[in-house]
Amino acid sequence: MDLYDPADLNLTKYLFFTGKGGVGKTSVACATAMNMADRGQKVMLVSTDPASNLQDVFQTKLTNKPTPIQGIPNLAVANFDPVTAAAEYREGIVGPYRGVLPDSAIENMEEQLSGSCTVEIASFNEFANFLTDKTIEDNYDHIIFDTAPTGHTLRMLQLPSAWNDYLDENTTGVSCLGQLSGLGDKKQMYEHAVETLNNGDITTIVIVSRPQRAALIESKRAYMELEKLNINHHILIINGILEQADDDVSHEIFDQQQYDLNNIPDILSQLKRYYVPLRPYNVMGIKNIRTLLNKQQPKVIPMPAEKFDFNNLQDIVDDYLKTDKKIIFTMGKGGVGKTAVAIKIAKKLVAAGKKVRLATTDPADHIDLYLPDKTGITVSHIDEAKELADYQDEVISKARKSMDDDNLDYVKEDLRSPCTQEIAVFRAFARIVDQSQDEIVVIDTAPTGHTLLLLESTQNYAHEVKRSSGEVPESIQKLLPRLQDHHQTEVLTVTLPETTPIYESVRLNEDLDRAKIAHTWWLVNQSMYATQTTNDILSVRASEELEWIEKVADISKGHYAVEQWIPDFEQNMVH
Amino acid sequence: MKKIELFEPAMCCPTGVCGPSVDETLLMITNSFEALQKVADVDAKRHCLSDEPATFSKNPDVLNAIKKDGKDALPITIVDGKVVKVGEYPTQAELTQYTGVVFKNENADVVSK
Repeated sequence: MDLYDPADLNLTKYLFFTGKGGVGKTSVACATAMNMADRGQKVMLVSTDPASNLQDVFQTKLTNKPTPIQGIPNLAVANFDPVTAAAEYREGIVGPYRGVLPDSAIENMEEQLSGSCTVEIASFNEFANFLTDKTIEDNYDHIIFDTAPTGHTLRMLQLPSAWNDYLDENTTGVSCLGQLSGLGDKKQMYEHAVETLNNGDITTIVIVSRPQRAALIESKRAYMELEKLNINHHILIINGILEQADDDVSHEIFDQQQYDLNNIPDILSQLKRYYVPLRPYNVMGIKNIRTLLNKQQPKVIPMPAEKFDFNNLQDIVDDYLKTDKKIIFTMGKGGVGKTAVAIKIAKKLVAAGKKVRLATTDPADHIDLYLPDKTGITVSHIDEAKELADYQDEVISKARKSMDDDNLDYVKEDLRSPCTQEIAVFRAFARIVDQSQDEIVVIDTAPTGHTLLLLESTQNYAHEVKRSSGEVPESIQKLLPRLQDHHQTEVLTVTLPETTPIYESVRLNEDLDRAKIAHTWWLVNQSMYATQTTNDILSVRASEELEWIEKVADISKGHYAVEQWIPDFEQNMVH
Repeated sequence: MKKIELFEPAMCCPTGVCGPSVDETLLMITNSFEALQKVADVDAKRHCLSDEPATFSKNPDVLNAIKKDGKDALPITIVDGKVVKVGEYPTQAELTQYTGVVFKNENADVVSK
């Protein structure tokens, strides 16, 4: 594997950096843009950074329009936050009708335009602007995006009759494409955008991953999804490889990274691969961005480990015990260690003499590794793929009876939407919670507020109209009020001491607020700071966590705890 | 020419599959309207609140109904400018009654008139 240096590669005009939250997409994309600009190429960076980090980095107020950066003559940066873009998009549709349509109609519209689908479509709308703007095309050598449209969005746009049947005539009203309302006039722009994405001569998809099993598996999934859409011009960048080890923690990290890289999924090993070493700094500030991809690195000044005195998970569990909680969710984006934390909570509750049911979306054999001794804990597995497949089968078999293939394609695509997946898993939760008696239920995935509100509105609707269609299963009807009861249910927000996971968690929390679900505590997981490592590079990175731990302390109003980094926490773990 | 219009609440996915269960009424409505659109002298339209709020705000009957009963007033069925059903989707039998179109079977994939 070669060191990633954009100067060595003949990169295409359009670059999309993709990868799950926290792998360093934005950092690598920024560094690439800066590296090219420094070499005299004209570069436009389009970022979707929700944290507005980039504003601090470039010390420039950024908007969704190209903004020149002072001191870097060849670089312009545009930044849009997908959620804000979705809000603006929603307001564009709803706004003109405030005061014209009754409030209840406005609320109904707003909630239906608040799901993950809307965020995806609104983001694509922004992408499409940059992908098709002739002035931008003519004035820049490279246009770099720090994220890529999802497969779901692209498939929606590529359905053969998507535009003709739906947007032009809008007669059947089928599909998530409803989210594209009011954009029928942009048909050409969207087609052009999709064409550009598909053209390997001008576009490269840069998959950013980490040298760690879960991240690599996620990259494989992303790769295969795009491959199926005939987007097959990729390179893979592995970000954050530790190059030398000299204490226990660094040896563990080093060994785990090398092991996972040697066992990289086959399909990824066929891609052109490059790596970026773990640096003793985050990509904050122009200087760091400039040096990230340089072969020549500044001398490392190690940071001495400091004493600390944070709450730990036991303090949180003690509070749950004191307040007699019955349903506990661990919530966070993939890779933050929700399952590991849920198991730890279950064990601590058992130690306090409670009966516990652990509901997990992790495969059974996985849990056996984590939790060899299950005394006092009943484990219920939720097979997400199976739940989703069952639900899809149920819908498709009903729809197949009557629909022609074109319409069935829409339904099938709706069924691949993030909302559908959430609903399918939620149905499984509901069954499990319904079955459990005299137990505390600990669940390693939380529903989003949007899902809950959708369920709630369907439920109210079913109630008031007393109609039997769209029957809400009884287990779900009983569950909703329990989840909204702050005496019974708590969601624990699990995050990492890094910018992206924290901002994502803040979003999830806002969503829970809308659904009136209690979420008092935050857990900062996998803290390097808490390990007191003495490795040069790791110690510097650890010291940078403090800023983020303080941020969590602030957001949670002091209701937070910190758990230290554990080697290979997704495979072994829990002491 | 019969004109039938359906004013529906905002939905995440109008097939209802994003909801907590399959909504067979919505599947029936989707199919029936598909079928109706193929009939020459019937003008059948579905209007979804999130897709075309303007159509809602321009229709005084619809506007008044929502003002009075909130979103529970939806869906509203209007035939030739007259409100015929409020708060519930029409059944297939009612669609036949409104339009004169006989659905060959429940699934409405073939129609006759």
